[in-house]
Amino acid sequence: MLSNIALYGAIETGLIYGLVAFGIYLSFRVLDFPDLTVDGSFPLGAAVAAVLIIDGWNPWLATGCAVMAGMAAGAVTALLNVKLNILNLLASILTMIALYSVNLRIMGRPNVALLTEETVLTPWYDLDLAFHQVPVLLFIIVVFVALILLWRFMKSETGLAMRATGANARMARAQGIATGAMIVLGVAVSNGLVGLAGALFAQSQGAADVTMGVGVIVIGLASLIGGEAVVTPSSVVRALIACVVGAIMYRLAIAFALNADFLGLQAQDLNLITAVLVTLAIVLPGVRSSIAAKLSRNKA
Amino acid sequence: MISATDLRLTFGKGTPLENPALRGMSLTVNQGEFVTVIGSNGAGKSTFLNALAGEVLVDSGQIIVDNLDVTKLPTHKRAGRVARVFQDPLAGTCEGLSIEENLALAIKRGQRRGLTSAVKRQYMEQFTDSLSSLNLGLEKRLGDKMGLLSGGQRQAVSLLMASLTPSSILLLDEHTAALDPKTAAFVLELTTKIIEEQKLTALMVTHSMKQALEVGSRTVMLHQGQVVFDIEGKDREGLEVKDLLGLFEKQRGLEVDDDSLLLG
Repeated sequence: MLSNIALYGAIETGLIYGLVAFGIYLSFRVLDFPDLTVDGSFPLGAAVAAVLIIDGWNPWLATGCAVMAGMAAGAVTALLNVKLNILNLLASILTMIALYSVNLRIMGRPNVALLTEETVLTPWYDLDLAFHQVPVLLFIIVVFVALILLWRFMKSETGLAMRATGANARMARAQGIATGAMIVLGVAVSNGLVGLAGALFAQSQGAADVTMGVGVIVIGLASLIGGEAVVTPSSVVRALIACVVGAIMYRLAIAFALNADFLGLQAQDLNLITAVLVTLAIVLPGVRSSIAAKLSRNKA
Repeated sequence: MISATDLRLTFGKGTPLENPALRGMSLTVNQGEFVTVIGSNGAGKSTFLNALAGEVLVDSGQIIVDNLDVTKLPTHKRAGRVARVFQDPLAGTCEGLSIEENLALAIKRGQRRGLTSAVKRQYMEQFTDSLSSLNLGLEKRLGDKMGLLSGGQRQAVSLLMASLTPSSILLLDEHTAALDPKTAAFVLELTTKIIEEQKLTALMVTHSMKQALEVGSRTVMLHQGQVVFDIEGKDREGLEVKDLLGLFEKQRGLEVDDDSLLLG
């Protein structure tokens, strides 16, 4: 079984990946823009926050800069697509590759340790809580605020215009919506959220590493798809809740798999387990509905 | 007033598939006119409408909408002046959004969109009023997803959306062609009602000569990217499909070989 620390640890990273899933929901679902920039903007957020914190900046200010950096990365991807007509998927891969160099430049080396620095978490350790509960509390607050803000945004005039852009661009243009600008804004906000996730991840794990972005897109997608299978995303707020639920479920599933001794899995099997879980999350809803269809046919 | 002067547009220039869609197309539509546009396949009807809407930019010529030269403006910058209903009933609305959200998108057509709530309480009266004029019971289903509606219902809502805010011209692109005959008749009747009540200036492309003569105040026929004839007032009264064909042949010395123009 899971120890208490492993359980809280899974929820903690689950909440961070919930932010990533928000971003992926925005790009993949709302804008119908398959964006792989996140594999670069996650470590970008981590790198910016880490370097600024070491430089003595206020950790929240540093985290804010990480969000801006993520937004800039997203805007680059979107502009490559909108202005230069590069296929969206390819545009995002180009930015992602470029960010690898950018991240190395920002940090000046492959990784930066934050263990002794003051982070956004530091003041919260004064609370009368166990060591492993502190990040969970803070991240619940951050995710909740992000969810409310995103939900309000989606219901706003601009947010509705963004949803129309992804759903029916021709109709959106006919309604006077600048679809190109909406794509830039949406992909920027999406990567801003991922930059935030990277910054918080670095601060809770105590380091930023240039390779920490590998597979973020897969984990985010797994969270999104898994969450949608559990919480039917019939409205914006349900879709956002699905992101968080999916991300926490995913991290718990990983924690259980790694802790179940009888499976004999080890930490290096993480990516394999991820791939298997994502495949299951994509395939299972289809299998379930085809079984249901067969059953109802047999009855009839 | 809309005036298009000497519009020229060639698709695939310099390729084997080079296709001159507009070849010196000129047309002026006055305030309050309801013009029906006919022409065989490839005559340039849809291209002309797309050029007016901004979906395609012309190679040369000039488009002026209410004293503003829009020739080089993209679609979204013209949308405040140009309202549009598409042929495909699925194209004019967003199926993933609710009826009220679709209407809320349309009520801000061509205006700045901010961060205030999109579906505002003050819109509700206008939304329910205009929806109940359709007699489809949609005013009780404001929160329903657009995707739950039938093609005819969606086209009716598209029409409402296009007329929710004032425009200089309403473009109707064979908007009844994809519907079954009964629904098509309903949507066409609704179209003439809205255009008359709101005194809209409208341009309706149709595939049916009969329809082109039944509604509107003026009929224009396109052929090979140009206007071949333009009739209104007394000349147009009592005209029948065979008269139109006669006119066409006299003007061009051509045989009409497109069956679909004769049918329907």
